Amino acid sequence: MTQTKTQFGYRRHPDQDRSGANAAEYPVVVVGAGPVGLSLAIDLAQRGQSVVLLDDADRIGEGSRAICFSKRSLEFWDRLGIGQRMVDKGVVWSVGKIFHGTTQLYQFNLLPEEGHKRPAFINLQQFYAEAYLVDRVEELAAIDLRWRNKVIGLKQRNDHVLLTIETPDGPYRLHANFVVACDGARSSLRQMVGAEFAGQVFEDQFLIADVKMTAAFPTERWFWFDPPFHAGRSALLHKQPDDIWRIDLQLHPDADPVVEKRPENVRPRIARMLGHDKFDFEWISLYKFQCRRMDRFLHGRVIFAGDAAHQVSPFGARGANSGLEDAENIAWKLDRVLRGSSPEALLESYHTERSAAADENIRESTRSTDFMAPSSNQEARLRKAVLSLAKETEFGKRMVNAGRLSVPSIYHSPLSTADADKWRGGPRPGASMPDAPIAERSGRSMFLTEAFIGKGTRFTLLAFGNGVSSEVPDGVSTLRIGGDDGFVDAAGLATQRYDAEPGTAYLLRPDGYVAARFRHPSRPSLDAALARAAGHN
Amino acid sequence: MALSTSSNFAKPDDAFRALVEAHRGLSDAQSADLDAALVLVLANHIGDLDVLTEAIALAKRRMLDASQQQQQQQ
Repeated sequence: MTQTKTQFGYRRHPDQDRSGANAAEYPVVVVGAGPVGLSLAIDLAQRGQSVVLLDDADRIGEGSRAICFSKRSLEFWDRLGIGQRMVDKGVVWSVGKIFHGTTQLYQFNLLPEEGHKRPAFINLQQFYAEAYLVDRVEELAAIDLRWRNKVIGLKQRNDHVLLTIETPDGPYRLHANFVVACDGARSSLRQMVGAEFAGQVFEDQFLIADVKMTAAFPTERWFWFDPPFHAGRSALLHKQPDDIWRIDLQLHPDADPVVEKRPENVRPRIARMLGHDKFDFEWISLYKFQCRRMDRFLHGRVIFAGDAAHQVSPFGARGANSGLEDAENIAWKLDRVLRGSSPEALLESYHTERSAAADENIRESTRSTDFMAPSSNQEARLRKAVLSLAKETEFGKRMVNAGRLSVPSIYHSPLSTADADKWRGGPRPGASMPDAPIAERSGRSMFLTEAFIGKGTRFTLLAFGNGVSSEVPDGVSTLRIGGDDGFVDAAGLATQRYDAEPGTAYLLRPDGYVAARFRHPSRPSLDAALARAAGHN
Repeated sequence: MALSTSSNFAKPDDAFRALVEAHRGLSDAQSADLDAALVLVLANHIGDLDVLTEAIALAKRRMLDASQQQQQQQ
């Protein structure tokens, strides 16, 4: 961690000299400088908004915590200008293996095809991700990051929120048009708005240890049911940068957390797993988890994102990644509302889209958890049957659930325009844009996601072949594949992945999700789809 | 496709016999294991979630009804 800046100084801000009645006013205040709050602030700043970002601590959290960042998160971070740095440092992986005892049941590849800029996943300690995000924040004058600024009071007014903030120099106040609460699972803002946070508590305990060692294991996700070194329970092994390995061991529900966490008790168990004792502990943590979400992600002018709004079990890498999806979803909407180019009602679609995604994540991670920790004899019996059938049947393998890893949700959204034409494939309205290799006319090869960023991550018409050139509404970029002047789809993969024919056009939202698609768009149909996607109906 | 509850075997007694014989000599725990595996194999063969859901509903309804009757008789 020598190259990582983790400690930040509190600095007094002139806003603190203003009287409470004369508080400084900002369009957006983001609370919580974790991966979600930092990413959101950057996205908003890049869209031209001034953002105040508050954090009650003055350092980046310890321990690796989240380690798996998805393709979708990397594509988002590419838009924020830090994707490459994350990938350069991270451990790239796409293969997972599942064992039962000493037998390998099967292996899966999360990205079996070529032609994507980003891999299925990288593993990267959360503190690296946060440090790189802070570096990016510091490049952006529009973000004012204030450490040791703790929100202790919140009052909703008709057209703004009044925040009271505690600092080492005492309290001060801020006005914000909107507040986005990214202040984590124990969100104090959630308590301030009086929101419930109910859900399912899982009794099983899991022990996480990050150990440092040099090992020849491949960079794959290995999961064991009933391994010889940890009889009757499950285990996970996963590589991180700097020769750090994440080990996750399921414990008995009645195990004593204090005893289990002692290094002298953890060490022999991991030594049995690795077959040697040549490792050092970086971090040991014991956890139980809950699956739950807020009923509403919008409370007046306070918007909740990430763990503050929803929590899942860690199996499936759905925590940090879904928080980042929240951030990219709300950023462009908030920007448009603040500019007055969309009505405030657009924000409601954030709740619609992301609460449905949270439900999906909770459902998936609950199923994984139930499979790993069966809660009745009969559940255990069904699991045993699945594991034994998996040894010789394909359907059994596919029923084994050791975590279904995060993929972006497909939104059933009021912003989407339903298909009117016939499609054999391609992303449906509400789905995120698939990547594909393309080339500039000069021959320089690149990716479709890069071309989208090059167009400014606004509403973008992805058009195939000639046509619709002068027919594009104001404020919409055009990204052409093929035709007389478009990007070259040499391998034909863009055409294939978008089920494109000459004339096909996809209207992409600023977050890279499909709003509408047409075989031959007319100007009125494009106008209607754009109005809908911008929240005007 | 709806769940078929008409008699589908030409010789239903043979089918029932095959199931009974599969459990001969097994302990209750082994029988339960066998049933669990059998249910999964057959559910996958059917491969239709609607049919499976209907089958679960029917089996559960009869199971609850039967255990209620048993209680009344006691």
